[in-house]
Amino acid sequence: MDDLLSEFLTETAENLEVLDVELITFEKSPNDKTILNNIFRLVHTIKGTCGFLDLPRLEAVAHVAETVLGKFRDGVLTVTPAAVTLILESLDQIKELLAYLEHNASEPEGDDKDLIARLTLAAEGGLSGEGSEAPSTAHTETDAEALERAFEEAEVDVPFGVTADVLENDETENEETPLTSSLSKPTDQSSSVQEKNLESSLKNQSIRVNVDILEHLMTMVSELVLTRNQLLQMVRGNEDSEFKVPMQRLSNVTAELQDAVMKTRMQPIGNAWKKLPRIIRDISQDLDKKIELNMQGAETELDRQVLELIKDPLTHMVRNSCDHGLESLEKRRELGKPEAGQVTLRAYHEGGHIIIEIEDDGQGLDVERIKEKILSKDLVPAAELETMSEQQIQRFIFNPGFSTAEKVTSVSGRGVGMDVVRTNIEVIGGSIDLRSVAGKGSIFIIKIPLTLAIVSALLVDSGGFKFAIPQLSVVELVRSGAGSDSVIECVNKTQLLRLRNRLLPLITLSELLGLENINSDAAPHDNEVNEEIAPTKTQSKAQFVVVTQVGPQRFGIVVDNVFDTEEIVVKPVSSILRHLPTYSGTTILGDGSVIMIIDPAGIAAKVDSHESDDAENKVDAVTHFDRGMDTTSLLIFKAGSGESKAVPLSLITRLEEIAVGDIEPSNGQNLVQYRGRLMPIVHVSPGATLKNEGRQPVLVFADGERSLGLAVDEIVDIVEETLDIEMASQQPGLIGSAVLKEKATEIIDVSHYLTQHQSNWFDNTSDSTKISSRRILLVDDSAFFRNMMKPLISAAGYDVTAVETASEALDLRDKGAAFDLVISDIEMPETDGLALARAIRQDDKWGEVPLVALTSNTSAEDEEKGFEAGFHKYVSKTDRSALIDIIHETLTVKGSAA
Amino acid sequence: MTDINPENLGGLDLSSITLDYVTMTIGGQLFGVPVLLIHDVFSPASITPVPLSGNEISGVLNLRGRIVTAIETRKCLGLPHRDTGEASMAIGIEMGGESFGLIIDSVGEVLTLSGDMYEPNPANLDECWRQASKGVYRLDDKLLVVLDVEKLLNFNQSLAA
Repeated sequence: MDDLLSEFLTETAENLEVLDVELITFEKSPNDKTILNNIFRLVHTIKGTCGFLDLPRLEAVAHVAETVLGKFRDGVLTVTPAAVTLILESLDQIKELLAYLEHNASEPEGDDKDLIARLTLAAEGGLSGEGSEAPSTAHTETDAEALERAFEEAEVDVPFGVTADVLENDETENEETPLTSSLSKPTDQSSSVQEKNLESSLKNQSIRVNVDILEHLMTMVSELVLTRNQLLQMVRGNEDSEFKVPMQRLSNVTAELQDAVMKTRMQPIGNAWKKLPRIIRDISQDLDKKIELNMQGAETELDRQVLELIKDPLTHMVRNSCDHGLESLEKRRELGKPEAGQVTLRAYHEGGHIIIEIEDDGQGLDVERIKEKILSKDLVPAAELETMSEQQIQRFIFNPGFSTAEKVTSVSGRGVGMDVVRTNIEVIGGSIDLRSVAGKGSIFIIKIPLTLAIVSALLVDSGGFKFAIPQLSVVELVRSGAGSDSVIECVNKTQLLRLRNRLLPLITLSELLGLENINSDAAPHDNEVNEEIAPTKTQSKAQFVVVTQVGPQRFGIVVDNVFDTEEIVVKPVSSILRHLPTYSGTTILGDGSVIMIIDPAGIAAKVDSHESDDAENKVDAVTHFDRGMDTTSLLIFKAGSGESKAVPLSLITRLEEIAVGDIEPSNGQNLVQYRGRLMPIVHVSPGATLKNEGRQPVLVFADGERSLGLAVDEIVDIVEETLDIEMASQQPGLIGSAVLKEKATEIIDVSHYLTQHQSNWFDNTSDSTKISSRRILLVDDSAFFRNMMKPLISAAGYDVTAVETASEALDLRDKGAAFDLVISDIEMPETDGLALARAIRQDDKWGEVPLVALTSNTSAEDEEKGFEAGFHKYVSKTDRSALIDIIHETLTVKGSAA
Repeated sequence: MTDINPENLGGLDLSSITLDYVTMTIGGQLFGVPVLLIHDVFSPASITPVPLSGNEISGVLNLRGRIVTAIETRKCLGLPHRDTGEASMAIGIEMGGESFGLIIDSVGEVLTLSGDMYEPNPANLDECWRQASKGVYRLDDKLLVVLDVEKLLNFNQSLAA
């Protein structure tokens, strides 16, 4: 028998047993929505699976039963014993069909018109009256009554549960359903013998073992390991002990046993995906769509228990992606998308979690329709809805009873799917989220905590305590201190490590966890935080830096020693410790000791908060930074080599994704028609090439009528941070490097690209700039230019204030602001640079401040005019190094003491 | 008495029932915990401290393959901490599917105490103790304080919430 089928049978049998119990409870308390929802989901699952396995008869019965249940759920039908009986009857019918299926691997001949007709009638309200069924035929009436009677009496001595006429050709089989329930008891001795045989044939292939037993096994094996270790320790002392050989054997056997028990719990996620190709194939036929299923990371191992629990949600979601996500064949053709829709499943470990993504390149979620639905269901008042972000609205699809499919298909669309998915995932402590772009597709992200999984972890020592750091987030290890080239340096007590010309923020584990106190204090768990830890202390002895990566963030964890990498079984931390973000779990080591597993994400958050604390302290402490620290929005992206790059967001006009097919090479340049004009596309990384297919993400820079597209590999994030360029760069195209989100990031010099590809970029743009004792005032009417110059000048070590107009600059003067240098554009609307210069010269306040003119017209005549007006220097806008030189020069000559 | 469900113990009116208690001393005071709640009595060894956790938490330890969170009852009661080398015992308790170990000074005997010996918390009891106590039994020679295990184990949840 097909593996798929047998699995389905075992599973459905279990489900049905649950159903019987649930239904009976339900009849007693018809208002219990939870029970009803459970029943509904179970039937829905059965129906869904039948669909994929091509079991039309079963599917048909389950479908109508579900319809009736759906009406119960929506309150359209009242729950009457007759109706419940009917549902039970259909369940029995399902069981019969399953029994036949089990023996013959195919559905029996015939159909269930009669039952379906009655169910349909019930769905239409035909059974709503108490006990007054209106069955379509006399025959079924007796049948239903028999059922009801049987149901009420609980003790049945006639085998039934099938409408006998349906399976006439298989009379005996009907009676031997192995799926015993209170309602179908085989009476025939011979058939029960047969039943045993049949049952065993199915169960021999796999045994369903209660997870508790596995858990217990695991515990016992851990105990065994501990005992073994103790024995080993005892034998170790005397080399020629007679116990030595048996001990070795015991040791090996124990290790193997441990391995085997571990294995019983771990399964590659691919096991849960096995069903999917077939499901996809069937769906694509049903819906007449072309679907390609891609699976990545099938080898990612998951705890068995977790795997079981996410299997159904995954199936639901893939089904949803195919049915709702992907457009019909014709529509895809119309839209110019490839005919075959892509459904991609991805699984991987990340920061102590297992992430499963289900992505489709379909139509995305229809936010408008979700909104309508929200309103029609009165989930949220209209006013509140307006204020919600698109993503918040999209998340409503995880609410019960929410389906946006226009019609109910047999594949999905009853609004049960996403609800089930969410419930199942939350049961195992996971979370689910989605991103969806209309017309481009959706991606569902399931995040499952590692709590049950086995991970490889690095064991470290800090302050005399052992900790485990999940290997997945460890990028590399660096030895620092005594005898090592790597030295930990400090800036205002913040530790940094130079690592390949980048500064890596460090955090000392013992400080973070307050381990110093634990050691110094007699009480091992005193928690008062010792404020002052001598910064030099850390440098005296050899230390290890565990370079850790969490998402885009990279930082170093300083520990005293590094031991081994070990496979550890993650056990959840106790609920009273769960509020500590620093730990993701606990584990028992081979020697029986318990250690805490560090959660790198939690540490990363700590690094973050530490840093921002420091930033605040600085502002408080150093008064002459009285203007505070401006934060700049930066767009982080990837291009070329692995490092992140960033550019001030304000420089970017738009972010676009341009279809690769629209990019045309011309005269050595890549051009694209963009808003009626040709726009050159340049890759940020000179060596890199544009994408071959799909859509190319492009940062569009536009000023007036000119525009330039900078092609990047991937847009990562937008951050709001103080732009503090730590290392200026000599490399063309780069301003320098800064640490953004704990990660060294290259700041792109947009002007380099602009001038390179549109040499006249800065003509007519009018800017003006000023600088004062290390403070520079920049006056320029072009926001673009201001935004570009500001980081550039700050990269050179100055504090820059930028204003848009000459009058703003003069306002600042009148308010008493002081600058060491003013850089001003010449061509500006209203007051131009020359007038500004004259105004500045006429007033005492700024009378002595050096003025630098920025212009794109650097003719001798213009310069002459500028000098007359009071400018000291002239510099071309496009020549950034000259500008920086002039600033240096001017300020040095002036001898400003700041 | 035997059919009392340990999970429901919290809601019982102690003055009307007779219960078996394991007695123990913490800082010289006699305490009692219903026998039904206690899974183990063990001598705590190799406790791994959990940095940053609350003062009351001694750490975690391995009890026959289970990870047990050890609670220092002295801290809960605001008593001075144990001197190094001073003997300690622990009682193992299961709650909400998790294992906890209450660290105490020593374990005594099992007493059957009837409701007429019981009195609720005296009004002048220290607030800290009131949180950890569920009442007092008048024994012949001394008083026995009923340790409110549930409250004791909940301290951090309310803290974290």
